[in-house]
Amino acid sequence: MILEGKIWKFGRDIDTDVIIPAKYLSSYDPKELGKHCLESLDPDFSSKVSTGDILVAEENFGCGSSREHAPLAIKGAGISGVVAKSFARIFFRNAINIGLPIFECPPAVEDAKPGDVMRVDTKSGRITNVSLGREFRAEPYPQFIQEIIAVGGLIKYAEKKIRKKI
Amino acid sequence: MGMTITEKILAAHVGRDQVRPGEFLMLGPDLILANDITAPIAICEFNEIDRAEVFDRDKVIFVPDHFTPNKDVQAAQQSKLLREFVKEKKLTYYWEVGRGGIEHVILPDEGLVLPGQVIIGADSHTCTYGALGAFSTGVGSTDVAFAMAVGEIWLRVPATQKFIFSGKLNPWVGGKDLILFVLGQIGVDGALYKAMEFGGEALKNLSQDDRFTVTNMAIEGGAKNGIIEPDEVTLEYLRSRTDREFEVLKSDADATYEKIMTIDVSGIKPQVALPHLPSNVKPVSEIGQVLLDQVVIGSCTNGRMEDLRTTAKILKGREVDPEVRLIIIPGSQEIFEKSLEEGLIETFIKAKAVVSPPTCGPCLGGHMGVLAAGEKCLATTNRNFRGRMGDPGSEVYLSGPAVAAASAVVGRIVGPEELF
Ligand code: SF4
Repeated sequence: MILEGKIWKFGRDIDTDVIIPAKYLSSYDPKELGKHCLESLDPDFSSKVSTGDILVAEENFGCGSSREHAPLAIKGAGISGVVAKSFARIFFRNAINIGLPIFECPPAVEDAKPGDVMRVDTKSGRITNVSLGREFRAEPYPQFIQEIIAVGGLIKYAEKKIRKKI
Repeated sequence: MGMTITEKILAAHVGRDQVRPGEFLMLGPDLILANDITAPIAICEFNEIDRAEVFDRDKVIFVPDHFTPNKDVQAAQQSKLLREFVKEKKLTYYWEVGRGGIEHVILPDEGLVLPGQVIIGADSHTCTYGALGAFSTGVGSTDVAFAMAVGEIWLRVPATQKFIFSGKLNPWVGGKDLILFVLGQIGVDGALYKAMEFGGEALKNLSQDDRFTVTNMAIEGGAKNGIIEPDEVTLEYLRSRTDREFEVLKSDADATYEKIMTIDVSGIKPQVALPHLPSNVKPVSEIGQVLLDQVVIGSCTNGRMEDLRTTAKILKGREVDPEVRLIIIPGSQEIFEKSLEEGLIETFIKAKAVVSPPTCGPCLGGHMGVLAAGEKCLATTNRNFRGRMGDPGSEVYLSGPAVAAASAVVGRIVGPEELF
């Protein structure tokens, strides 16, 4: 899978309350959650995002609660993937489980400017800053994690596995 | 190259000789666990999977323990959902209120946890089972739904940090004091994502119950799992609980550790964690004057037989301070019954403690002892985050059962030696 879009850049320790405030958690609909994604940092974030855009952040992205609503909100806002210097452990797990591709790649974050175009090859882990013409490498995921992301998360992946067995 | 016990268990579950930290694995867990809070979400997600069936009725276990006996209508509905699922899917193991207790207390006691197993649970204190030499870790509800349907879980192999307890234990010092001390040293993220392996001579002298306390709180250091190599104490416990076969794995002498910390326990006195972090730890002698409104002795951390025996030793022939509410919660029905036989319950009641049926109850501010704003509570539980046991303006201190019982008698936080 190739992701390509404009970069939206954020700082370190972006927590799950910032990604999606608790008052919206009564919904589990990605589109609905997406409307409020990161609104405390940028009230118009969701309306400015074009589908496919890429979120870039510093260290410890997604710290805080274990809510799966956080990666769902990012996905629902139209973001195709997240590249950060590092992720909080539970966010990492939740993102993969709901099918949001995320990559740890400090040098790619270092160089990224908001509005640059970034391309990510989810299979090889190759990250290209198209605007700067520079290439970076993130650790590629094993086949089964790539498949979980590609089919849209763990629940869909389960269906695929079950059908194969039948 | 040598491997740690954690790496060996994970390698065995993917049929390989070697795994390395950071690697992603897809493997088949031996037990999958959820409770009355997390099972309803997992059931919902499970039902979203088209044509899903429970992959193995012996391996999926739901325990109603957090808000049971049902604290309100919502809790009743959650338990009902769980109970109906258990019946509909004909799950092999289920303990109704009156037969069970707190998940992390009853699973080992029922002989379901064996060394070398991989156990996942939608509960962060699933790491408790490492005290029997199993790899066990908390996961999300989606992971549980997936595992129930497919029989698999994806995991990343953690790097291991080793904690060696050497020296001789001081009087009244138990597993809780050791793990609190470690947390005070490393902080709440000191072992983030890692395996915490505990060993050393002092640990070998701890009872099995005390060891459960140690691994129970690995998550409070941010760890993925806590683990102890099985020894004679563990094997004896297992023999009394099950006749199933198992293989005992141990870390190789040349295993790679990310960090090794040796702790001389002869310098450790009874410990207390102050609000609002389990790592905010001091020896009880340095706490100063903390007047208490409530003391809770119980939970998956310290609600076992040894904990209640220690409590009774201190309460025998004494009375709880009239300003303090002491709530004692045996971790399971079996422990309740044994405490009754040993005369512990009578000691508690004569000391003017209230004895609750087995439940998580006040540990997470559910029921059976919720705190008001401004109240101070000393608890043998594992978390003292702001508002954990009630109003955000309340304060929770953590300790082992000896300090908790002595403090209930005196009315402020004290070490047990003050009473002897
Ligand atoms: S006793 Fe407390 S920590 Fe243990 S499972 Fe229950 S709520 Fe969680």
